[in-house]
Amino acid sequence: MTPPTLPPPPPEGDPLWRDEFSVYAAEERYVSRRQFAKFLTLTSVGMFVGQVWILAKAWMTPNPTYPVVAIANVADIPVQGVKLFRYPAEHDTAIMVRTDAETFVAYSQKCTHLSCAVFYAPERKRLECPCHEGYFAVDTGRVLQGPPPRPLPRILLRRDGETILAVGVDNHAEG
Amino acid sequence: MESRPSKKGLTALDAALTMIVVLLIVQMWLLTATLESYLAGHVDVVMPGLGVSALLMAACLALYAFVRRIDHEVRRARLRSHQ
Repeated sequence: MTPPTLPPPPPEGDPLWRDEFSVYAAEERYVSRRQFAKFLTLTSVGMFVGQVWILAKAWMTPNPTYPVVAIANVADIPVQGVKLFRYPAEHDTAIMVRTDAETFVAYSQKCTHLSCAVFYAPERKRLECPCHEGYFAVDTGRVLQGPPPRPLPRILLRRDGETILAVGVDNHAEG
Repeated sequence: MESRPSKKGLTALDAALTMIVVLLIVQMWLLTATLESYLAGHVDVVMPGLGVSALLMAACLALYAFVRRIDHEVRRARLRSHQ
């Protein structure tokens, strides 16, 4: 059996309690270049895992199917008027705008920046997010100004006589 | 005064660390850009993004292996000079 190894003697001039509590904060905090390189490399592996996760999510997400839902009657919405509704699910708020007598457009009401609700500003003819002043073109949903990184998802509409129907969502609509 | 192999080793380590940091910044940007594109509905960019990220990770791992080897060599050289 090997004899137990004795701890190193305390440095010169250290108080007696150091002998019992031999933790040196400066040494504990010291990170060598090799340790730092290891940490950075592990972070790189983490980034790669993130990319794999995105790919897995892209492969595993099935193509969504959307219901056909009646939103409003044409006569109910004046020109430059707005109708709020929920589509495709009950928790997905959306906004429809009648831009002229024959044109209706609808978008998800969640700003693509931080999901604040956008509203229609008829005097400026744009959808505006009050949280961080992100503006979207009402005719296409593209970003005009501000921090939103993507256009608003567009709700696809169909007119059936006097009824406006929501039939789908175009997540990367622009123009 | 520091011995010559130790000094050379430290320079090599610093160079490798700097390269790892640069590669990591590029990889972070790539992850953000890929996620942003994916959320915008552009699924076709995910695969190339993954490929480039794998290359960057491989480069980081190679540099880390280099750091370990240099560190080991410097320590050995130091030990020899002390004996």
